[in-house]
Order: sequence, then structure tokens, then C-alpha cells
Amino acid sequence: MPSTTYGKGLRGLSLATLATIALALALVFFYAPLDADQGFVQKIFYIHVPLAIVSLCGFIFGAALAVGHLRTGDRKWDMRSYVAIHMALIFGVGGLITGSIWAKASWGHWWVWNEPTLVSFLIVLLLFATYQPLRFSIEDPERQSRYASVFAIVAGAFVPLNFLAVRLAQEFVHPRVLTLGGGNLPGAMRLTFLISLVGMALLYVTLWKYEMAAKNARSQVRRLRRTLLGDDSVRPAGRSAAPL
Amino acid sequence: MVDEPPAIELRGLARYFGERAALRGVSVRVPAGATLAVLGRNGAGKSTLLRILATLLRPHDGEALVFGEALPRRGFAVRGRLGLLAHEPLLYRELTGRENLEYHARLHRVGPARVQQVLEAVEMERRAEEPIRLLSRGMVQRLAVCRAVLHDPQLLLLDEPRANLDPAASGLVEPLIGRQSGCTRVLTSHDPRAALAEADLVLALRDGRAAFVGPPAEIDQAKLDALYA
Amino acid sequence: MRTALILLRKDLRLELRTLETVPAMILFALVTFVIFHFGLNRSTIDGQLAAGVLTATLLFAAMLGINRLFVAEREQGGFDAFLLAPVDRSSMLVAKAAALFVFLAALEVIAVPAFGLLLLGPSLGPALPGLILVLALADLGLAVIGTLVSGIAVQTRARDLIGPVIGLPLLIPALIATARAAGPLLRSVHAPAAPPGKWLAILALYDLVFALLAYAVFDFLLEE
Repeated sequence: MPSTTYGKGLRGLSLATLATIALALALVFFYAPLDADQGFVQKIFYIHVPLAIVSLCGFIFGAALAVGHLRTGDRKWDMRSYVAIHMALIFGVGGLITGSIWAKASWGHWWVWNEPTLVSFLIVLLLFATYQPLRFSIEDPERQSRYASVFAIVAGAFVPLNFLAVRLAQEFVHPRVLTLGGGNLPGAMRLTFLISLVGMALLYVTLWKYEMAAKNARSQVRRLRRTLLGDDSVRPAGRSAAPL
Repeated sequence: MVDEPPAIELRGLARYFGERAALRGVSVRVPAGATLAVLGRNGAGKSTLLRILATLLRPHDGEALVFGEALPRRGFAVRGRLGLLAHEPLLYRELTGRENLEYHARLHRVGPARVQQVLEAVEMERRAEEPIRLLSRGMVQRLAVCRAVLHDPQLLLLDEPRANLDPAASGLVEPLIGRQSGCTRVLTSHDPRAALAEADLVLALRDGRAAFVGPPAEIDQAKLDALYA
Repeated sequence: MRTALILLRKDLRLELRTLETVPAMILFALVTFVIFHFGLNRSTIDGQLAAGVLTATLLFAAMLGINRLFVAEREQGGFDAFLLAPVDRSSMLVAKAAALFVFLAALEVIAVPAFGLLLLGPSLGPALPGLILVLALADLGLAVIGTLVSGIAVQTRARDLIGPVIGLPLLIPALIATARAAGPLLRSVHAPAAPPGKWLAILALYDLVFALLAYAVFDFLLEE
């Protein structure tokens, strides 16, 4: 792994992320029109939907990286997959909470079962929430990463199937002004939404790279210490859900 | 045959469990038909080595060739030609000895006549219809020997093969897994003296590294004491 | 295929010898019907509610079988013995999924008529052919996912917990499709003769995708 430097270009990326998110927030508050029915609370839409989309893409990304791990047998792919999934989980919890606030604002309930996207999202999140406990309960690190990758691939393939099943299960889909793709949004809303989405995606990538750089540096330090000072110089790694 | 490859050839073999190295830089060459005794304290890497040779564990570094086939990639070419006798008998407790052996015979495409033959060889044909869980440990070990040699392997991997066997039973299994079997053998034993007596070659492991490789005549009491100290 | 049959035969023989799994699954299902009777405070149920109760009960009973599917292999060296044999490793997936399918079918042969007697309002007879079709497709999905989940969970320390926690969310789409396919069949009035094709198709698609996926990844669970 020594040749991989995740820190490269991180400064530029961080600045770009910051700028995009600042722009997105400015647009959300000062440019996007106030929704006629839902008022100010509707603006959480610009946070919630990008969070959810980025989180789902993060899960799929993690599954793709897990395929890389099983194909190559190289555990750095497992580390990438792990960081991708655990970052997506954090975004996902954010998406669920903001979605719940939005549901309360627009339909008067904290949770609505007839919103298939929200329900599917909950199921996907429940499934991926088992990723960490699964890793934690396998002691052998090599088996841990292999099994985690198998799980990630199966769970990744589960995402679209689950959306299909849940959507078909709703006979009366709630009439929605706003669709996910922003296909029929008015122009100003659409622009704001797209910039928010880009900002959120950049945030995900930046955080992913930061964590990879940190994890990578830590494991290199460990390896150096072992090489230079001998095996006994580092405390044996405790049981952990994270790959070493 | 002159150009027959050695039965086992290890070059710089390493295997890690997480950060801990169970084996490091182990090199040894075992000619066909020879017996290699692997000595070392508990946790020195003996069982790990046997499991790697049995294709059950993947080597992490270096080369491991069995019958000239590189592991793990060519593991399938080796699998049917080796017999593993490890700490666990690898028999289902609820099935009878005969059912267990017939199951293994089918997996290895061996006929039922062979099952009867090995059962008679270890004098277990009378107790062959009882579930494994009712048998004593020595009897289970005899059945485990049957399982390991059922398919006439050319390479025997024996992890403490005489554990739980009394001298009589030990004599019974001798033609199957002893020198008379004609197989290449890798064996570990809790009794280094006995293992040395059987060996053509000794590999002494200490903390996963080869402390000594050579003929048994060259290993003396001082070396043994150092190994087990 | 030959190897899968050898393994399946061994699994069925072990189950017949010990009677560990299937009787427990059946008893669990029967007790669950009683619990639903009191929990819902209804003597009879029909339609979607009946389908939901039946599907949920079967799903939870299946979890018992799923948890135990690989325990003998793990604890009695079955994995090692299998890996030492010169056979195709995917046959383990096929054999275990087939064994689980047989266990589920055995469960349903008892549990579905019992459900008809204990809870179902309309008579079971007319719905039965359609229900068998739906349950066969559902069992296929349960068997495949169950084998995969069990194969993962058996190597974990907390396998009794990890199995259901991973398995249940993965099986939600199958549960949705099964319950919705069976719902119309169990109506008191205007019950159609055949289950809705849409849900059968979803169930079949689900079975197919996960069967292929399991086939692709299962070998990685066996390797050490």
C-alpha cells in the first residue's frame, strides 16, 4: 500500500467542496423560491434528497470496491470498501432524519409508509447497519474482510431489487410535486437542487479520501514501527470492525 | 525416477493471521516417499504448516509446491492425492462410522469395498454401525485414520496421529499411516523422540521460523532442549 | 451435481437421525399461530391479514432452520472434510439450499393446513393450488438467501444473532411479494383462482438474481 497516497489533491478537493456547499446553501436560502404549500421547511429537501442519493450511491460504490477485493485478494480494496460503506451509513442516517422532518412538515407525520422511497431507504439502511456488527464478530482479519466483501456485494445488489419491490407494493403513491431526479422542478429549484447534490457528493468523496488517508497513514506507521523496533513495539491490535 | 519432482517443496513460505506471523521464511524439500517430522512447541506453526499443505489455508508469501503443483492455485490437482489426519476427526457425530466413511468414499469416488477393507484393517468393523458420539476417543481416532487413507493418498499429513491410541491400536494403524504405507509423510508429534525415530528429515519450528532443517541424526539433545525451552 | 446429491443425502440423513431442525420449526410455527390469535384477538382472519400472518410465521420459522444449517459442518469438521475432497465447491451451496428447501417444504406441509384449521376464515381448499405455487417460489428464495446468510453467520462469534439480523432485511422483498401474492387467494369473497402474476414475477426475479449472486460469491465463504 505504500505507493497509494490518498492525501494527494486533498487540499484542492476540500476547498472545492467547501465552495460548492457554501454556494448551495446560499442558493437554498436566498435564491430558491419558497414552496407555495409547504413554506420554508420544504427547503430541507435540498439537504435530504442529496444526502439520500449520495448515501445510496456510497453503498453501491462500496459494493463495487468489494468486488475489487474479491477479484484481486488485495486487502486495500477492503479498506476502501469499508470506508465507503461506513461513510454512506453516516450520510444515510442523516438522510433518514432529514427525510423524517420533511415528512412531518409536508404530511404532518414523522413517518409515512406510503412514500416508497423513504421505506426502501429504511430497509436498505437496516441491512447495511449490520455491516459493522458482522465485521466485529469475525476475529480472523482475513476472513473478516472476505466475508464483509461478500456481504457488501449481496447487499449492493439488494438495493435496486428492494426499491422495485417496495415501489410496486404501494398501490396509491402519494401525489408528489417533487420527484427525485428533479425532472419536473421549476428552473430555480432545479438548479439549487443540482448544486446541492454536487456539493453533497463532493463532501462524500472528500471525507472518504480523508479517512482513507488517515487509515493508510496509521497502518503505515504501525508497519514502520514493527519493522524498525520489532514486533513487540506495537500493542497487538484489539478486536475491531475496521480493517487494519 | 530421476526427474520426479519432490513431493513437497517450500520456498520462503509465510502465513499471517492478521499481523501475527504463524510461519515465516520456511524452506524445505521433501523427496517422494520420505518422512518429514515437524517439531516445535505449541503455537510454533506446525498445524498451520500442515493446513497449508492440505490446501486448507492459503500461503501469504513464498512458494509451496506439492507434487510440483503450486498452491493455492493448483490446489484442486493435489486435493485428491493427500490425506489429512488432524486434531478433529472430521466425522459427523450422529452418523455411524460406516456412514461417515461411505460419505467420504463417495466424495472421493472410492468404492464401498474399500470402506470395508479399512474398517477391517483397524478392527473397527464390529463397531462400525454405532454413531461416532458413542465411541471412545481411541476408536474415533482409528476411524479418522480410515478416513484419511480411504482414497489411497500419496501424501499423508499427520498431526499427532497417535493421540488417544493405545499401543495395540497404534500397531493396527501402522500399516496405514506408518512407514510401510509407502506414502510421503509429514508428521508432528507431542513426543519428539518417537517422531525423530520415524523421520528421514526434520523441520524444527520456533515462532514460525525454521530453527533447523536436516536429517534426524544431526539433531541432538541440546538442540531439542533449546527448541522446547 | 453428483457431489451436491451426496451432500444432500448426508444432510437429510443427519436431520432424520437427530430430528433437530424441522420439528422445532414446526412447533415454532404452531405456537406463533396461537400467539397471533391472542395478539390480534381474532378467531379467524382472511385476505391480506391472513397472508401476512402466514408469511411472517413461515419466515421466522425458516430463520430457525437457517441458523442451524451449517452448525454441524462448522463444529464437526464438515467444512474441512468437504474442502479436502476433489470436488466442485459450489456443490455445497446447491446441496445446502436444497436441504433448506426440503426443510421448508416439510414445515409447510404441516404448518399451512394447521393455519387453515386454526386461523384462516375461508376454507383452504380453493386457495391451495395457488398457495403452493407462491410458497414454492418463496421457499426457493428463502433457501438461497438462507444458505448464503447462514454461510456468513456460521463463522461469526454471535452467529445466532448475526444470521437473523442480516437475513431478515434481505428477505423483506421476498416477504412483500409472497404476502401480496397470497393475499388475494385467502380472501373470503371474490378470491381469484390464481395468484397475481406481478408478484409471482417479482418473486421469480428475486430468486433468480440471488441464486446467480450466491453462486458467484459462495466459494469465497469456504476459502480460508
